[in-house]
Amino acid sequence: MDLTITVKVNGREYERSVEPRLLLSDFLRHEIGLTGTHVGCEHGVCGACTVLVDNEAVRSCLLFAVQTNGREVSTVEGLDAGPQQLHLIQHGFWEAHGLQCGFCTPGILMSLVPFLEQNPDPSEKEIRDLLSGNLCRCTGYQKIVEAVQLGAKLIQEKSS
Amino acid sequence: MSTRQFGRPIKRNEDPRLLTGRALFTDDVQLAGMLHVAFLRSDLAHARIRSIDVEGASRSPGVVAVYTAADLGEFWQPGPLLVPPPPVEKLAFHERTQVPLAKDKVRHAGEAVAMVVAESRYIAEDALDDIFVDYEPLDAVTGLEAALREDAPLVHEDLGHNVSARVTQTKGSWTQAESEADLVVRRRFLYDRGTAAALENRGIVASWDEKSQRLTIWDTTQAPIAIRNGLAAMLGLSEHQVRVIAPFIGGGFGPKIMMFYPEEVLLAWAALQLGRPLKWIEDREENFYATTQERGQVHDAAIALKSDGTILGVKDQFLHDAGAYAPYGLTLPISSQCTLLGPYVVPSYHSEFSSVFTNKPIVTPYRGAGRQHGVFVMERLLDIAAKELDIDLVEIRRRNFIPPDRFPYSNEIIFQDFTPLVYDSGNYEPALERALELISYREFIGTEQPRREEAGERVGIAVVNYIEGTGIGPYEGAKVTVEASGKVTVATGVGTQGQGHYTSFAQVVAEQIGVEVSDVHVVTGDTDLFYWGAGTFASRGAVVAGNAMHAAAAKVRAKILKLAGEKLEAAAEDLELLEGRVQVKGVPQTSISLGRLAAEANPMRGSVQPGTEPGLEATEYFGPERGATASGVHAMILKVDPETFLLEIEKYVVVHDCGTVINPLILDGQIQGGVAQGIGNAFYEQLHFDDNGALLNASLMDYLLPTASDVPNILSDHFVTPSPLNPLGVKGAGEAGAIPVGALFAQALDNAFRDIGLEVREIPLSPNRLFELVSEIPARETA
Repeated sequence: MDLTITVKVNGREYERSVEPRLLLSDFLRHEIGLTGTHVGCEHGVCGACTVLVDNEAVRSCLLFAVQTNGREVSTVEGLDAGPQQLHLIQHGFWEAHGLQCGFCTPGILMSLVPFLEQNPDPSEKEIRDLLSGNLCRCTGYQKIVEAVQLGAKLIQEKSS
Repeated sequence: MSTRQFGRPIKRNEDPRLLTGRALFTDDVQLAGMLHVAFLRSDLAHARIRSIDVEGASRSPGVVAVYTAADLGEFWQPGPLLVPPPPVEKLAFHERTQVPLAKDKVRHAGEAVAMVVAESRYIAEDALDDIFVDYEPLDAVTGLEAALREDAPLVHEDLGHNVSARVTQTKGSWTQAESEADLVVRRRFLYDRGTAAALENRGIVASWDEKSQRLTIWDTTQAPIAIRNGLAAMLGLSEHQVRVIAPFIGGGFGPKIMMFYPEEVLLAWAALQLGRPLKWIEDREENFYATTQERGQVHDAAIALKSDGTILGVKDQFLHDAGAYAPYGLTLPISSQCTLLGPYVVPSYHSEFSSVFTNKPIVTPYRGAGRQHGVFVMERLLDIAAKELDIDLVEIRRRNFIPPDRFPYSNEIIFQDFTPLVYDSGNYEPALERALELISYREFIGTEQPRREEAGERVGIAVVNYIEGTGIGPYEGAKVTVEASGKVTVATGVGTQGQGHYTSFAQVVAEQIGVEVSDVHVVTGDTDLFYWGAGTFASRGAVVAGNAMHAAAAKVRAKILKLAGEKLEAAAEDLELLEGRVQVKGVPQTSISLGRLAAEANPMRGSVQPGTEPGLEATEYFGPERGATASGVHAMILKVDPETFLLEIEKYVVVHDCGTVINPLILDGQIQGGVAQGIGNAFYEQLHFDDNGALLNASLMDYLLPTASDVPNILSDHFVTPSPLNPLGVKGAGEAGAIPVGALFAQALDNAFRDIGLEVREIPLSPNRLFELVSEIPARETA
């Protein structure tokens, strides 16, 4: 039997009737059309589907949509303030060539948002530890690390 | 031109869309009335199908159709042979290609036996549980030598054996080399399977529009044009009725150019049957069975040398694991055969292989595509020979390099592209010297390693060389158009999977036309926008499509200068293209914008000179005479944890020569990513099949991809030996990072365990396997 849920996604409220077994990733991608969240493994390993639920990074393939009833979800589509106004973390990735095919990138960006809030000046080791929860098959991670370092620097410069 | 676009580390045009989640991937396609597909796949690797009962599934609410092989009628056909055997004497080839749905028997675990179409993927997957297949299990054959035994189970019974192909290629006389040698080293080397594991699994959306009579396919393929041509032929449609779009693709690495995957054929067919759009997205578990894999080979190899380390010859007999079907012909084993010779003078070579059918998923190229094995065998033989001859590992390589004045250098055998294996250019020693410098080789061997070993650490160093045949034909094309906006569009037929084509191709064009790279819009992967082409594979995009773009852009440049000359009443040689304008040199006030010129070149009224072509547009094609030979050196220092046998890569160096560089930022990314996959292949990733052909680690929990904690920073440098075979002088770089890493790990581990005489002869390794190898060495008597 379907359940009705109300979820705020990127600041906008959605009320939908969904099957209890519907995954949050499928809800975001197919029910409300936010396809920036990608699904790479459906078992919580690759991290491509990472989104924020109440500002905490979670794997949307391991949550049911109904578990987000009454909560706030943030996806990659909510990061920038428009096509010409990238988030500073996104700028870091663009400048440092922190992506190739770009499939894993939204999940990595969403993992980084709360991480950089808590660790505004992370060491390379801390960045690599955080990134070890997200698989990337294209870059070898080196330029992702540089992108995070640059993004952190840009955020610090802006806030200082 | 004042600012060069070519060769600069320009950030990528495609990134803003990818970074904001607004790039279209295949699974993002959402169409009205779309149905969803799931496949029932065999759990058994080898079994006869007695019957399939789809009754229950067909009756499930929300299920629209269930198909088995029997429902396909005449449409059921084995797939086409993608690559026919090359013209090599003494060649036997037995064609057996994949089928859309298994009919009488299944030949590998994961082979599809039924297809369910339903209102949602959830319903489709539920319905799979209601299909009953009565199998008669058969003994499976998984080992390569086992497959050749007299009593081996037969993957294709009608063949009478499991041999897919046998090929022998020779140069010089091995017998003579062996008789003249001071030392002959003989060893057996093993290389086992892994999977490409692109983060995006495969997927297809197929939509038949009754009113326009057109079929549109979104496909995660590396070769949209070939898919269009094949599907049109199979479905009895005109090529103009089929549009294949390969949108943004989440990593390719080779398996996405396999064709035709059963799902590609079936989705297109069923969309026509049902008149509704269909979507199938592979899940990760399916990817472990249904997407092709690579790298199972067993080599029995020998090298003959003089006492000073000079190579006299190599003999190699190997078995290649083709899996259950061999749609890709001989590409992989021939690539192994040819790449083995490396950057060395090898006067005689005898290489023979048998490609063998097994009850395992299909094998087609995966980044490196057979080259890893060749490099592993040759580098290992040299390592072992150096030890036996008491010659330094680096010195034995240096002594055998092909000297720079001997190019083009013929190896007298046939490469995978059917052309003679002739290296176009190369200069190996400077790259080796630079790698030694960057890794501090002498210092490490001389002082650091002894000091650290004294302190109880176990550390090793390695340096290996390789060459890579890249940029093979047949051809690619490009159409360059200056639009009335003043911006430039370039269309090509190769697909793109993250290589940065939207930027590197734009740089090639911008260089000619005098516009910003961000003003060049690259269109790839849409058969409606460019008709001709082969696809993205074999490190060929920049070489083949890049040179087609260069030619088309040069032609447009000439058109621009001609028309501007008329408008500005100046000779073409007095004009320059600058920042989107054409101006008389040194006279900026006498100029015309490209947009204005484009509009002038496309008059809407009046008359033109007979023979005038409209627009500032040109289409050109490029096909190289043969591939361009890139080369490189990898070096590494690693530390072994004595308790866990986990490795820490302390330093990793790549010195690479891929000719002229278009965008160093993108090139570095390609190298770094390739090395990461090579590290996975060498020490983390292995597909474990049991004797029944069941895959034991079909999840990313159990099949370990390297993470950010495992892959080190890579220190790289580049040398430029331009290819004489194309105007840009470029060579391919896509696979370079991945190719020699297995050989590098083996040498570094031998070095770290040289006190007990470790000799690594297999890849992949793992901490467990390394522990076993070390434990198997009999303890030496202490003096």
